[in-house]
Amino acid sequence: MAKVTTPKPAELAEALEYTTPKTEWMDTPTVIKPGTFCWGAKGKNLGIVEFPNARDWTPTEEDWKLPENWQEIFFKGMKDLLGKYRSFKVFMDICVRCGACADKCHFFIGSGDPKNMPVLRAELLRSVYRNDFTMAGKILGKIAGARPLTIDVLKELWYYFYQCTECRRCSLFCPYGIDTAEITMMGRELLNLFGLNTDWISGPVANCYMKGNHLGLEPHAIMNSIEGMVDDIETITGLRISPSFNRKGAEILFVTPSGDLFADPGTYTCMGYMMLFHELGLDYTWSTYASEGGNFGFFTSNEMAKRLNSKIYAEAKRLGVKYIIGGECGHMWRVITQYMDTWNGPADFLEVPVSPITGTRFENSKSTKMIHVAEFTADLIKNNKLKLDPSRNDNLILTYHDSCNTARGMGLMDEPRYIINNVCNNFHEMPENTIREQTFCCGSGTGLNASENMELRMRGGLPRANAVKFVREKHGVNMLANICAIDRATLSASMDYWVPGVGVTGVHELVANALIMKGEKERETNMRGDPLPGKEGN
Amino acid sequence: MKIVLPLVAVIVLVVIAFAGVGIAGMQFLFGVLIPYAAIAVFILGFIYRVISWSRSPVPFSIPTTAGQMKSFPWIKQNKLDNPSSTLGVIGRMALEVLLFRSLFRNTKTELRDGPTITYGSEKFLWIAGLAFHWSFLIIFIRHFRFFMQDVPLVIRMIEGLDSFLQIGVPLLYLTDVVLLGAVTFLVFRRLSMPLIKYISLPADYFPLFLIMGIAITGILMRYFTKVYIVGVKELVIGLLSFQPVIPDGIGVIFYIHLFLVSTLLAYFPMSKLMHMGGVFLSPTRNMANNSRAVRHVNPWNYPVHVHTYAEYEEEFREKMKKAGLPVEKE
Amino acid sequence: MYNGGKIIAGLVVFLAIFLFPFYYNFGKANAKPEPKLNTPVIQQLAEKKCVESKDFMRQEHMQLLNDWRDSVVRDGNRIYVNAEGKKFTMSLQNTCLNCHSNKKEFCDSCHNYMAVKPYCFSCHIQPKEDKS
Repeated sequence: MAKVTTPKPAELAEALEYTTPKTEWMDTPTVIKPGTFCWGAKGKNLGIVEFPNARDWTPTEEDWKLPENWQEIFFKGMKDLLGKYRSFKVFMDICVRCGACADKCHFFIGSGDPKNMPVLRAELLRSVYRNDFTMAGKILGKIAGARPLTIDVLKELWYYFYQCTECRRCSLFCPYGIDTAEITMMGRELLNLFGLNTDWISGPVANCYMKGNHLGLEPHAIMNSIEGMVDDIETITGLRISPSFNRKGAEILFVTPSGDLFADPGTYTCMGYMMLFHELGLDYTWSTYASEGGNFGFFTSNEMAKRLNSKIYAEAKRLGVKYIIGGECGHMWRVITQYMDTWNGPADFLEVPVSPITGTRFENSKSTKMIHVAEFTADLIKNNKLKLDPSRNDNLILTYHDSCNTARGMGLMDEPRYIINNVCNNFHEMPENTIREQTFCCGSGTGLNASENMELRMRGGLPRANAVKFVREKHGVNMLANICAIDRATLSASMDYWVPGVGVTGVHELVANALIMKGEKERETNMRGDPLPGKEGN
Repeated sequence: MKIVLPLVAVIVLVVIAFAGVGIAGMQFLFGVLIPYAAIAVFILGFIYRVISWSRSPVPFSIPTTAGQMKSFPWIKQNKLDNPSSTLGVIGRMALEVLLFRSLFRNTKTELRDGPTITYGSEKFLWIAGLAFHWSFLIIFIRHFRFFMQDVPLVIRMIEGLDSFLQIGVPLLYLTDVVLLGAVTFLVFRRLSMPLIKYISLPADYFPLFLIMGIAITGILMRYFTKVYIVGVKELVIGLLSFQPVIPDGIGVIFYIHLFLVSTLLAYFPMSKLMHMGGVFLSPTRNMANNSRAVRHVNPWNYPVHVHTYAEYEEEFREKMKKAGLPVEKE
Repeated sequence: MYNGGKIIAGLVVFLAIFLFPFYYNFGKANAKPEPKLNTPVIQQLAEKKCVESKDFMRQEHMQLLNDWRDSVVRDGNRIYVNAEGKKFTMSLQNTCLNCHSNKKEFCDSCHNYMAVKPYCFSCHIQPKEDKS
């Protein structure tokens, strides 16, 4: 594949405007632009998970190698989904096009492309629905806002459903709660009926299915990665910790996105979990089989998501643990909160989570039996179970980015803030229209965090970056905290692009810095190996 | 085109009623048969649509959580925007349906040089929406004075409040002014904001023009070209008690008004106006965020092909043993 | 999850409200008002005719009375010339109620049917009527 160049921030910003083409949207052909799409899925990866029409294909080529009867498959699939999901049916029918959602999408704000307005993204599919599933559309056609499903329409659907990160920000503002995430999920599910997936999604899905994690780390590789972190922890704290793997009879199974095992700054967060659990003497184990908290299957089809997710409960059952703690991740927590128990529950072989340190019973997760590590830690701090030295984070001036999914698909907002305020001294919120339930996506969720679509990612990342820039200029913020593995990977890129000088960190990296461990040596550096405040001269 | 067409459609409707009654004298058709047909279409269509939605299940618990979830006792839950109980959901839905809670959040994104993006408060859509829907509802309730022979006190009180400024004769209704103003604003908004104009369909303009037509004919016959109002009530009561009568000398404008209302009723179930019923069925709003505590059941949940631990161990057993990982089968 | 019961209940409530006028009126006779014109004064009139035509009075009397009031109170003009050129004194008490002395059987019959409450008699004295 040819290298795609990304425009400079100034060029991109200069050309940005919110205007409409002269022609109506139905009459404006969609051009698939390099930099805004991901490479097509590879046949091999689609084949591994038994997806239909497994073949190599290229989005920019004329021929997408579709089966003869792709329209028939599409309509059959659509009928099936309309019968399965009330959300889909209702959302197809009741939009009044009031436009409240129009300027709420980060991709629209950053691209100015009208088809990135949530309402229009949905209309792309709604127009097809009207044409074949409603009386008015069948009789009145275009006057009723209907259009036939041609190959160009199909390509347009593919292009724009892979320019939505299912962040649900539009849904917040919709007077009927129409959720574009839901529509995009249906759209992607339909596209997957004939193999219209992307390489960046189908690769991790195949990996996760066979090897247990998106990165495709085999059992020994996971252990090696964690051993490397254990070495780093020893260097920093002087303490040698010994995590266990696939250990039967442990009290707790710990599952985190595999991104935390692989690259900075996720690894620092991962070390944070391990140091915390070591300090508490927690009886927990890692699993190499269920070594993925995230779920790229969620970005393909409901069935695939369920297939990948099944490993977590299955492994918890096999190992005989009492409950599960999950690491910092965004979409992982939407899946755990709103899908996992329905798919693969009831988890009646587990117990309601009780913190062995504080005795707190997590009533709010008494059915899923899985708690968020931020809940776990917030409870510890509230009960004074941790010795913390927030001044070790004094070189950081922080702000906090709510992940779309933990904010709008769960409501975990104050727990991470509580932790941050206890482990750091300099914390400033971004403007209120950009945080908590109104938070902006990093711009690269739902499997859009590839490199070939960097322009799209930087455009989508603009609203978030712009809010960071505001607090950077006002308070000198130099670190962006979050609780999402994709954020840690992608915000680093969008900060470098839009707000150079701002780093990205997981909340448990901050905890690790501040945590005073029993028997630790006098720390000289933080988790990143940078000298601690006051130790710069050493 | 997408604006002219619906406008012409409404004008044609007016002309049809005018010609039908004023020239051809088909009072019975426009005063009895069409209203009956329209009401039947409305009721059956409305039921059909709601039932057809309800036949699709809600497989997952997908509320849009718009505030802090239920957590520890020492963290304050936002019980209305992220409800965890039925009572909370009722509160959230009441705010949504009665006060348009979500629209109240609306912001306006502005792009300045830099780039600097700001999100200003933008309440006009919320205000116009509320004004439109509430005045429409009050006008509908007020019309019960034509629907009931003995008009109950509550209807008379609403009517009294609506006209309490005592302007002109007959007294001016505030809701008449508000409705017409709000509808005009909503049309103007679609025409003047390029992005909103871009997303608008004929199906967005038609109901606005139609409701404008209904309001204008209503206002005309109350304040300007008056009709024989006792005859109007006689006709309406005749319809409602299934003893249809066509009193003489009512005035064509009433039949135009009635025909436009009939059109609105018949058009309702096959249009976006069904958001009236749909808003209650929106899973992102009408569900409690308690799926971690109470299992949500999907009626079509089916077993899927998974990659089991046994298959995984089979593939990696040697590597696992070498790395010192416990295995099930040696 | 279908929530069928709740949806049906919602539909029933909606229909109960929307269809209320139908079952409220079901089986009731259409008690159309019959304003009485049989007062002694009217019976003695040679030509039984109001200040304007019946159709005009039926639809516009409220406007006419309002105009009369303004004319008398603001301009001091008490003479009304009708469409035929005939002159009348603009007075609710002395002109209108002189003939229509039966407010209850005349004015009120329609006003009650329509649930209209004119405020004429907030200032004017109501005509004395038999209890009947």
